[in-house]
Amino acid sequence: MATRLSQSTIRLDRPPAILGHASIVGKKEGEGPLAQEFDRVSEDTTFGETTWEKSESRLQSDAVNMLLGKTHTATSDVDVMFAGDLLNQCIGSTYGLRELDIPFLGLFGACSTMAEGLISASLFVEGGLASKAVAVTSSHFCTAERQFRFPLEYGGVRTPTSQWTVTGSGAVLVGCDESKPKVRAVTVGKITDLGITDANNMGAAMAPAACSTIKTYFHDTHEHLENFDAIITGDLGKVGSRLLCELLERDGINIRDKHQDCGLLIYDADGQDVHAGGSGCGCCASVLCAHFLPRLERGELKRILFCATGALMSPTVVQQGESIPGICHLAEITAN
Amino acid sequence: MNLTKEEYEKLNQKASNNTKSYITLPCAFLIGGLICTLGQGLLNLYTYFGLDEKNAGMMVSVTLIFLTALLTGLSVFNVIAKHAGAGTLVPITGFANAMVSPALEFKSEGFILGLGAKMFIIAGPVLVYGISASIIYGIILYLIQVFTG
Repeated sequence: MATRLSQSTIRLDRPPAILGHASIVGKKEGEGPLAQEFDRVSEDTTFGETTWEKSESRLQSDAVNMLLGKTHTATSDVDVMFAGDLLNQCIGSTYGLRELDIPFLGLFGACSTMAEGLISASLFVEGGLASKAVAVTSSHFCTAERQFRFPLEYGGVRTPTSQWTVTGSGAVLVGCDESKPKVRAVTVGKITDLGITDANNMGAAMAPAACSTIKTYFHDTHEHLENFDAIITGDLGKVGSRLLCELLERDGINIRDKHQDCGLLIYDADGQDVHAGGSGCGCCASVLCAHFLPRLERGELKRILFCATGALMSPTVVQQGESIPGICHLAEITAN
Repeated sequence: MNLTKEEYEKLNQKASNNTKSYITLPCAFLIGGLICTLGQGLLNLYTYFGLDEKNAGMMVSVTLIFLTALLTGLSVFNVIAKHAGAGTLVPITGFANAMVSPALEFKSEGFILGLGAKMFIIAGPVLVYGISASIIYGIILYLIQVFTG
């Protein structure tokens, strides 16, 4: 049984394993520093579809099908699937996964959805409610732009703090296997809002949530920072990463040597003109599946904290002058 | 978190880079200036071919709008505009791009509710407040003329 350590943190005493993972990204991500690590890089950002929404759905369904293929798992063996994306009503997931015939629970945690899905899948498996569970998310630059910002061909100028939505998807299969990486503990984040209203500075909006969740984890588990190889945040980018380190330092936690941000890893921030870095559900999902999980499997990393961050905003409320609430969910993952 | 919103905003200001105006302003000046020079060249050309000044001016606008629409469709305009900023936004090229880009983008939702309805999402406010302002200035001018005879 899982042990509740606090209001937020749960220790998984029979830690579920990450049986397999799959990652698919678009062309720009395939030109970045992690190019060789993704399972598939698509040169065609439409993924062979006629609308951008269909492209994202295809991206997500391809990721799940690839995951099932890699792990030799039949759809009938998956008891539940947690999925989400950035689009209104999570249509990237619902339309993408509708053919799969797997019990589906839709999630919205903005860019934190991968951690939310991984936590949910792990808790289901740990509690014996599912023998195998899938967690999958995606984002697509073109669907995000048209929903949150401007038409693609519009000649606008991006601000230096803005981030580039990753075209990518990551999927994991959670189940039981002694030899695979394990999810040992989870911290469910609280919505945190320190008044950032600039939708082009989501790193700053999310950094306080990441700070709060990481601090809560260390407080609840009495763990020491030196026992971890990496503290991985989702998509704080340059601005958010700097703010997170500063905020934690104010509380006496110095993560600078251990901190890595998926939004900064996936692109060459200066060479690829992505301003403050990458973002989107697909950012940390694809980087987790392509970069970190394989390193855990190979034993190059022993223990990490995966802290996916999300900005829980919509263009409507931001236009109404509301500030942007952030969220960060955390999963402690070990090599075995 | 032991931090007020005001304290966090100060940290954020320090962490967030500002636009490098020493690069963007000269770029906007140069590219905007080039577009205006092109316009002047076209005006001279049309006048040379015998159009009067009013018609030649109209033809310049039509030509720049056509070129912008074409470059928008070819995904070239946004690349230029990224460097030009207000240099492409302020001339008529900015207006043309603001109409054409949503038309292209939202065509997937149909010609009525997509293209037709969303074509004005960027240019709409310019039209509303531009026309409103011109009407107000017209009324003021009219009143001045009435009172000054």
